[in-house]
This record gives sequence, C-alpha cells and structure tokens, in this order.
Amino acid sequence: MFNKKECVAMLLAGGQGSRLYALTQTIAKPAVPFGAKYRIIDFPLSNCINSGIDTVGVLTQYQPMALNEYIGNGQPWDLDRVHGGVFVLPPYQKASGADWYSGTANSIYQNMAFIERYDPEYVLVLSGDHIYKMDYNKMLAYHKAKNADATIAVLDVPKEEASRFGIMITDEDDNIIDFEEKPKVPRSTLASMGIYIFTWSKLKAYLIANENDKDASKDFGKNIIPDMKNAGEKLVAYRFDGYWKDVGTIDSLWEANMDLINPNIPIDLYDPAWKIYSRNPVLPPQYIGSDAMVQNSMVTEGCIIDGSIEFSMISDGVVVEEGAVVCDSILMPGCVVKKGAKVEYAIVGENSVIGENAHIGARPEHIEDKDTWGVAVVGHNINISDGSVVAPKAIISSDM
Amino acid sequence: MDVNMGNVLGLIFANMHDGSVAELTKNRTMGSILFGGRYRLIDFPLSNMVNSGISEVGVITKSNYQSLLDHLGSAREWDLSRKKGGLYILPPFGNVESKLYRGRIEALYGAMSFIKHSMAEYVVLSDCDIVTNMDFKPILSQHIADGADITMVTHTGVYTSDDIKHSTVVNTDDEGNVKSVLIQPDLSGTCTASLNIFVMSKKFLTDMILDSIARGNISFEKDILQAKCSELNIKTFEYSNYFSKITSVASYFKANQELLKLENARKLYLPKRPIYTKVSDNAPVKYDLDCCVKNSLIADGCVIEGEVENSVLFRGVKVGKGAKVKDCILMQGTAVGDNSEVSYLITDKNVNIGVNHILTGAPSYPMYIGKGASV
Repeated sequence: MFNKKECVAMLLAGGQGSRLYALTQTIAKPAVPFGAKYRIIDFPLSNCINSGIDTVGVLTQYQPMALNEYIGNGQPWDLDRVHGGVFVLPPYQKASGADWYSGTANSIYQNMAFIERYDPEYVLVLSGDHIYKMDYNKMLAYHKAKNADATIAVLDVPKEEASRFGIMITDEDDNIIDFEEKPKVPRSTLASMGIYIFTWSKLKAYLIANENDKDASKDFGKNIIPDMKNAGEKLVAYRFDGYWKDVGTIDSLWEANMDLINPNIPIDLYDPAWKIYSRNPVLPPQYIGSDAMVQNSMVTEGCIIDGSIEFSMISDGVVVEEGAVVCDSILMPGCVVKKGAKVEYAIVGENSVIGENAHIGARPEHIEDKDTWGVAVVGHNINISDGSVVAPKAIISSDM
Repeated sequence: MDVNMGNVLGLIFANMHDGSVAELTKNRTMGSILFGGRYRLIDFPLSNMVNSGISEVGVITKSNYQSLLDHLGSAREWDLSRKKGGLYILPPFGNVESKLYRGRIEALYGAMSFIKHSMAEYVVLSDCDIVTNMDFKPILSQHIADGADITMVTHTGVYTSDDIKHSTVVNTDDEGNVKSVLIQPDLSGTCTASLNIFVMSKKFLTDMILDSIARGNISFEKDILQAKCSELNIKTFEYSNYFSKITSVASYFKANQELLKLENARKLYLPKRPIYTKVSDNAPVKYDLDCCVKNSLIADGCVIEGEVENSVLFRGVKVGKGAKVKDCILMQGTAVGDNSEVSYLITDKNVNIGVNHILTGAPSYPMYIGKGASV
C-alpha cells in the first residue's frame, strides 16, 4: 500500500497541565514556551523527524488554539508531507455520538481510524511534556530485536528520587516483570519516561478490550500496560542514558530551562545532526545595548537588552530596559521588563509587562523561612504596575 | 488613492552592481550578500514587495547564483510559494532568446516571456543595493495619479563624491518631472539620486524593451532615462524614510554599523512589515560566564565566551575565551579563537581565526577576509 508506514507516532497533548497554573490557563502544556526559542512540543516533534518518523498524530483537547496555530501544517519540523506528516487530532463527533477523550488510552482508541490509514506495524506513544533528545529508531530496533509486544523507555534515576516516578521492575534480560506507581520504597530505580512502542496489532486488541470495560479508567499506565502484563505479553524496558526531564510542574519547568545553560548537563542544542526545530517568529537579530550585561544566559531573536541578565532564558522579542536586572529567571516571548525592575527566580509569561522598579521573586538566600520560598510566576498577558512587589512562590494570574 | 497591488508584478535584479562590492560578490550575487546579522540583501526588496501586497515576483539573475537559489528555495519564507503568482527565478538561457545580458534592457528581454505571461498591469523594478523598509503602494498610487510613463524612486540629500559615483542623478522641476539625467557623475553636495527602483505599466515596459532591442540599445539608464527624458513623462517619487545604499565595501560596513543605533533599526524592522529571510533553525545565543557584549547585534546560534563590542555577528559565530571583537562584521560560521583580538574586520562565511591573533583594519577601510579562509 502506497501510504503504509512502519511506525506512526501518537503524541499525547491533551492534558490540561494544571500544575503549571497560570502558565497553562489559556494554552495547552505542550505549547508552553521553553528554552528561549522553543515550545515544549518542539522536542518530541523534532525527535520524531530526526528519527525518521514522519507521521505524527497530536492528540489535543484542552485549549488547543495556540497549539493548532503553532503546529500549522508542520512545515517547521519538515512534517508537511505528501504521505503522512503531522495531524492535530481533537475529539470529534461520530455517528455513534460524541465524546471528549476520557483518558490517554481512550484518545488513541478514538483515533484508531487515523492509525489504520497508515497500516503500521508499530505505534510510538509519546508525551507532550518532556524535554529530551532521543533516537526513537534505536528504540524501535530494540523492540524488534527483543520481539516485544510493548517496549517502555526507562531512565535509571537516583534511588532517593525513584519514588517520584512510575518504577519498572525487570529481570536480568530487562523484561518487565512488575511495576509500581510512585512507590514509597522503590524496588528498582528504572523510571518510566512515558515513551512506549507497541506492536500495533496487540495494542489495538487491548484498546478495544479496555474500551468495552465500563469500569476501566482508559489510561495507558493504569489499564493497558497492566492488562498486557497480566495476559503474559512480552513487555521490555529500553534503557536510555541521556538527558530527560518531565516539565509538568513550575519547579521542574524552571529547572529544565536552567539545565540548558548548565555546562554539566548533557543536552546539546547546537548539534547540527540533531537540531531542535521550532516555528520562526520572523524577528531581527537581538540587540545588546551599550549598558547591558549578559552572562550565563540564552537570548534569542528580536530581543532588545539594555539591562543586566544572568543565569536566565530570554525568549524572542523580549525587552529588558536600562537598569533592569533579570537573574535566574525565564522570560517568555514578548515580555517587557521596565527600567529599574528586578526579576529574580521567576517565570514571566508571554507578553507580560513588569512595571518600573517592580520586584518579582527573590533569591533563596534572602529568605529566612525556606518554606515560603519558591519560583515566582507571572502568567501570560499580565501587567504588573510600577513599584509592585511579587513575593517568591506567588502565582499571578491577573493584573496588579 | 487606493490601488490594487494584486495587479502588480515585481521584478528584482539580483546581479546589478555586483562589481561595486567585488570582494563580497566573488562567490555570490549582490542579492545574496549577507547583511544585518541574519539577512541577505534580496530579503529587503522581496519583503517590501510582499508587504506591499505584491504576490508575483520574478528574480532576474545572471551569474554566481547558486547561493541565491539556495537562499530563496521555494520562497515559502516570503509567503511566495503560491499557486497563483509566487516567486520565479529567471536565470540566463531560460529560453531561446535569453542569453548572458549586458544591461538592464537585455536582462528584461531575457525575461520577456515571463513578463508577457503575467496578468499584472503594473511592474515594480528593484535592485538589491538599497536596504530599507519601503511601501510600494504610495509610489504606484502617485504613478497612476500623475499618468507618468516611468516613476523613479529618488532621494534628495547631501552626498559625497564617493556616495554618488555609482549612482544615477536627476535634475527635476518643481513638480518632480525629470529634466535631465547624469549617470555615475563626479559630483558632491546636494543632489537627487536614483534608488534604482522604478514603477511603470507593463505595456510601457514591454514596448520599451522591444523598441530598445530593435535599436540595439542595452542601457535603461543611458538609452531610456537619459536619452528620452524630454520626450517621456518621467517622474520622481521622493523617498525620505530610512535607507542605506550599498555602493562599496566601506558603505556596506557603514550600513551594518548604522543598525547598532536602535533608532535606525526601528525604522528598518517594522513590526507590521517584517523583513523575511530563510530560517536556519539555530539554537538561541549562548552567553558564557565572563563574556562581555556591548552595543552589538547578535544572531541565533552564536556562542560567546569573550568580548564583543560595536559589532554585527551573523548566525553561528563563535567567540572564544579571552577573545576581543570590536567594530567587526562577522558572517555566518566565523570562529574567533581564544585570546585573539580583531577590529574593523569583515569576515565572510566560515572564516576561522585561530588563537592569539591580532587583526586590525582601518575605520575607513575595514579588512576583509574571504569565504572559508583560515587565519
């Protein structure tokens, strides 16, 4: 068949991302700006095309407008193809009725017709909220070599962190024999990365069975994987040893951004063989003024910097005026930091304006009660008036 | 007057004036000279045409055009990858009549079948030597209101003889009617110089080309503007917005440096009329510990560990630890090694300057290092 693809990727991008609070109030989590010139979804999309997977379904449900507009016809990722390419797949009305996606497995179930169009042998299931560079093709080769029914990518995490993850317990051949979700006392340190490859004929059968079970929660982690294990299907772990980070919380989003400017963290955005692609905003080069000071930071197109910037990620079109200071912070596209303002340990959303001499966030060493400290967040399109103070850990979702 | 820009064909001459910046056009056309950190000169006329509502553009080229083809690709970045209209590249030998042209008339004659095939009523012609953000609508509107045969965009200002020696200068009456034309004169002081941008009807253009070819005339400036200025109705459109004209390596250097003044950059990069260019998916600029950057334009993909002042850095430039870059234009992929000091330098693409070197040009005559050279 002309349209046949060996492997189709399905990217789960429908979650609300409620733990990012003000940052996902109006946009879906995968569309949240990341790393100065990217959005989170650029990482899995770029990984797909760099791995030679050119057919990707993006499952959306929550606030899809920004994401739809961003993905467009997929051209920035080379995913505008004659056969295949990227498709945004929202829930839709069928002859039998209309349903929202009720879980990750259900979202794939509702789009089985999309997958079948390409008659794939394998389906790659991805999340829209992870930052990493990974060759899915190597994982697919492993899946085939192991003759597995499902392969789950895992990361060996430090023992003290293992209880934050879904943990896979394996035998000596890396067959998955058991798993536990966020265990208090972990029996293994292999954490699931939320990246799965399924043999499609198997997955299809389990999706249909799960859908027919009225009590099931229609979720991969809670239903499909346990069902497959219980039925004796071959589940294997694929060990990944590169950089990987879930950016589902304010703290982890902030940390993952800072990781990009940490020379000890192995994620290289400058590798010409594995570029991370993004939609270009069409702006002139950044201008660094005569009184500016920029160190240990990443800055991108269209910025005008006259103030001081240290340990920060500055997205496109940001203006930092004279005398303003930005430290250990993330400024999303189009924000303005006016004269004399100070932004420390903060995330400022798209097109927000920090008024003159306002003070956002604080350094942890300046706070006595460490429990009251955290990264301050100003949402998108927010105006902070001159001289205002935003406390550390505060989340601002309306003008002040 | 409201004009229908859907009815206008754009023609860009990519190779005109190649000789005036011979160093920079050794491997490329005038239109593909790198400019302003992330652009090529052709981005300006092309974006101006698109932003003015022109959706059919022909690019006439002659030689050295590989970089031009690579840059323009399918023209999607300029929104000119269209079913109706779009971008057409018109190299020599494109059809039986087109050969290596000697002047603008022969160049147009080579593109005759393309021009005839277009359904446009008016034509905007532009070279690639002017860096500006220009709206062609008021020019066409004036052209139609005046009933002119040719409208030429001009700027009246105080020029030095160096500025003017590559230009066409006109004398006009109070109504802007061109009374006489001087080509590459030895002049200085206040004069009205052509910006090499012309508007005419397609019918006038095609008649003029065929008539000139029949008479053996090849120069538009000499055989049409100069020889026929009393018999034709030639008008000027006085342009007073920000622009710079590239006539030499020194003026190229100056035009780049001018963009370090924000008031100039703001006149060139208008949010509602962006300058489009090829996207190359570079990572953001990485500013390292101990780097120091002042008054500079930096394009994405650069990694800066040393000092940079009063400079324009194109995409993917690397400045090593302890290196000092002052008053320079470093094109795409240039690397300045650790502890090297460079000033008044223009490096072409992929120049590699090793460690511990000192290279200095003069403010009036910046040093130029050719493409791919290793120092």
